[in-house]
Amino acid sequence: MSTFLAFTVLGIVSGAVYAILATGLVVTYNTTGVFNFAQGAVGAVAAFSYWQLWQAWHWPFLLAILFVVLVEAPVLAVAVEFVFFRRIHGASVERSLMVSLGLLVILLGVATIFWSNPDVVRSVPPYFTQANGTVLSVHLFGANGVTLQYQEIMIVVIAAVVSVALGLFLRRVRIGVAMRAVVDDPELVAMSGAKPYRMSQTGWAIGFMLAGLAGVLLAPIVGQTGLTADQLTLLALNGFAAAVVGRLRNLPMTFVGAIALGLITQYCVGYLPGHINAGLASVLTEVIPVAFLFVVLLVIPAARLAPAGRLSVRPVPKVVTGRQSVAGAILLVALVAVLAAMVGETALATMSQGLAFGIVGLSLVLLVGYAGQVSLCQLTFMGIGAYTMGKAFGGGSWWGLVLAVVVSGAVGAVVALPALRLRGLYLALATFAFGEVMYSAFFSNSTVIPDGTSINVGRVPLPFMHGVSDRAMLVEVAVAAALCALVVGLVRRSAFGRRLVAMSDSPAAYATVGLNSVRTKVIVFALSAAMAGLGGVFYAGQQGGIGANDVQFIGSLTLLLWVVIWGVRTVSGALLGGMTAAVLPVLQTHLPPSLADLAGLAAGIGIVLLAQSPEGILGMEWLTNRVHLPFGDTADVPRELFVDHEVASAA
Amino acid sequence: MPPESAATAALEVEKVSVRFGGVAALTDVSLRAEPGTVTGLIGPNGAGKTTLFNVITGLQRADKGSVFLAGTEVTRKRTHRRARLGLARTFQRLELFSTLSATDNVRVGLEATGRSSASAAVGLLERVGIGEDASSPVSSLPTGSARLVELARALSTDPKVLLLDEPCSGLDERETDTLGRLLTSLASEGRAVVLVEHDTELVMRVCDRVHVLDFGEVIASGTPDEVRTDPVVQEAYLGQSTGAPVGADPTAQP
Repeated sequence: MSTFLAFTVLGIVSGAVYAILATGLVVTYNTTGVFNFAQGAVGAVAAFSYWQLWQAWHWPFLLAILFVVLVEAPVLAVAVEFVFFRRIHGASVERSLMVSLGLLVILLGVATIFWSNPDVVRSVPPYFTQANGTVLSVHLFGANGVTLQYQEIMIVVIAAVVSVALGLFLRRVRIGVAMRAVVDDPELVAMSGAKPYRMSQTGWAIGFMLAGLAGVLLAPIVGQTGLTADQLTLLALNGFAAAVVGRLRNLPMTFVGAIALGLITQYCVGYLPGHINAGLASVLTEVIPVAFLFVVLLVIPAARLAPAGRLSVRPVPKVVTGRQSVAGAILLVALVAVLAAMVGETALATMSQGLAFGIVGLSLVLLVGYAGQVSLCQLTFMGIGAYTMGKAFGGGSWWGLVLAVVVSGAVGAVVALPALRLRGLYLALATFAFGEVMYSAFFSNSTVIPDGTSINVGRVPLPFMHGVSDRAMLVEVAVAAALCALVVGLVRRSAFGRRLVAMSDSPAAYATVGLNSVRTKVIVFALSAAMAGLGGVFYAGQQGGIGANDVQFIGSLTLLLWVVIWGVRTVSGALLGGMTAAVLPVLQTHLPPSLADLAGLAAGIGIVLLAQSPEGILGMEWLTNRVHLPFGDTADVPRELFVDHEVASAA
Repeated sequence: MPPESAATAALEVEKVSVRFGGVAALTDVSLRAEPGTVTGLIGPNGAGKTTLFNVITGLQRADKGSVFLAGTEVTRKRTHRRARLGLARTFQRLELFSTLSATDNVRVGLEATGRSSASAAVGLLERVGIGEDASSPVSSLPTGSARLVELARALSTDPKVLLLDEPCSGLDERETDTLGRLLTSLASEGRAVVLVEHDTELVMRVCDRVHVLDFGEVIASGTPDEVRTDPVVQEAYLGQSTGAPVGADPTAQP
């Protein structure tokens, strides 16, 4: 009985913190239309700031809390709203998703710069601690009862108060009601005398303050042995799951979802059969919230294909002709072959990696660029390809390559199946959840890949050669990348390619001409995952193996952002994006260690700078008017822009 | 089962109701469209015309009522299944494949029904009168032409029932005349055309039957002449009964 009570208390307390995070997420989403992927990162920055002010600079702890939650968080929110989001108001789901992902990597990068020195332990003592170190608590229900720390009671009370107060604010207070209206029609709100951007600012500020509050409350719970940014950011995942239970709208349901998630996690861990080892138990704590998110995404009602009536005005890259494709492919292989003969060892390795990432980037062109489906787990597919290659047919053979492509493609199709009912944001969340589940339960599971090691993966053998040298490897990857580029071009020129673009442009019209978007999505997901798996074969072959560190979420995210920055509808953009993702970490080794995540930070900044140029660098007018790229990737800019000025009737 | 009728209608809507929260968007709306005819659907903004199209095509779930295509109940079928049974539509707020050319917009439809040729696509664009815009990206077209691309795309599936949501807005008088003749000709091929249009003059000219929607209810149905002189319709359109026939006076247009 007492263990049950203990787990219940733990579950409710962690659930309460998730509830605060999730409530912030929901408020921001409802006032700005942006799902803030960086919610956890904001919490992390707040927790670190709290530590900095209180433990390092010796501010009074209450002052430190008030400063973080009431000053730092809202100021940061207003800055973020102004710099990042005001310019893209009303942009597509994909666009605002990219910018919020950019914000995530920027905040993580900044946190790493300030708080990554491994010599410092950033531990945060619990609240309500006496001078002698005793944590104040109260014991309930007698001998078989449970001990409640004061701070646990405080967290639950704060969460409940926040939830109720916000609910009242959004329903009963005038500005709250206006805030809810802003998302639907900012112009209408403007006509009624309110300033839309003020509402958005308030939405961001509330979201950030709640994230900050959650961070500050969590700090002593997760940070007794030291805070880390990754750990705090990933806790946001629990917030995502809870917010999705409330379908991103409903605050009470969000609260219930958060508490349920906290309880489920604690009970599952607490009542594991005795023979399960501690390693698996810790895997479970990571997997349960993500699995919960995945299941919730599956059971929430499918979005109906509502006509959007918003015709985006965007110049898009011209469709590559067959001749341009072939010329580009030959040029790529020739250029790489020449370079391979000239450069040194490090450059050989980096270029091979870059091209392997380029192949994964090409898989994103199919999925994100053409079909408009955002995937946040592309490196997971890459890892599955690499793992299959390493385990099958002796670990380095042509048959292994074929199997790797088939297996990753099949997994891609399976991931797509449940994701099919979902669109836009929910689909992105589902791929995110899948990637995280695979990371926790498979790649970083010591029974699959022993801790800190990698699975050996051999190189694809070449005829008449004993072993594949680094030089031969580079040319081999270049040929593979060139072939993938040709495939992407072929797909785009085919009837299937037109379908992908059509489905992305207007799902409603797609269905009304008799096309089944479910089938199309499964096929494109499978194709894209298969290509990413192929990239994995070469990526792992180059470095000799694949490990958990190669398939992290942040890696998938950074690669995606780089491809989008260069131009996600272009073959050149995919290859340049892959190359950038490979080169930056090498450059970073020459920089001070505090700039730990250069690739991510730069990607975040890049995506924000390009917020208004959805076609990326290669799609920018000034560039395309001057430069002609191989693969014919120049933007076709319509002179006369079309906007539907029709005043829509209400029904 | 569809109600007893002499001949099976190409499209039959039976007592459809839709509520959005507290607002009744459609209440017990019934409608028939016969092959070879043009059926008009008019009514003030917000009357529920587009919602009705969304229900017919399956983009909006009806709370009550049924939809039949050539006698087959499709109320629970998904949008693309209904399309394969011969239903096509255009959208009032454009739903073009905005990053494709006009030709490719139509080709996607042709390919969906297993036919594919760029020349057939251009042929359809010529039929609706915008052959010269075939290779333009649709995002560069003016609204009127963009609507005609939607019409050509709808025709690409060779539909038996064609729902047109304000195809004339954005067209000038001459283009509207041409479109009117095209609608009559489409009907003469045995299609059932359903037309939502604010240009009442056009509706009265090309339609065989007209239904008037107001606040989600059908307030009048009949031949153009019957509807034109219906006092209830005049009330809905002008706020008062003037005795002047609807559609005779340009100021009568909402």
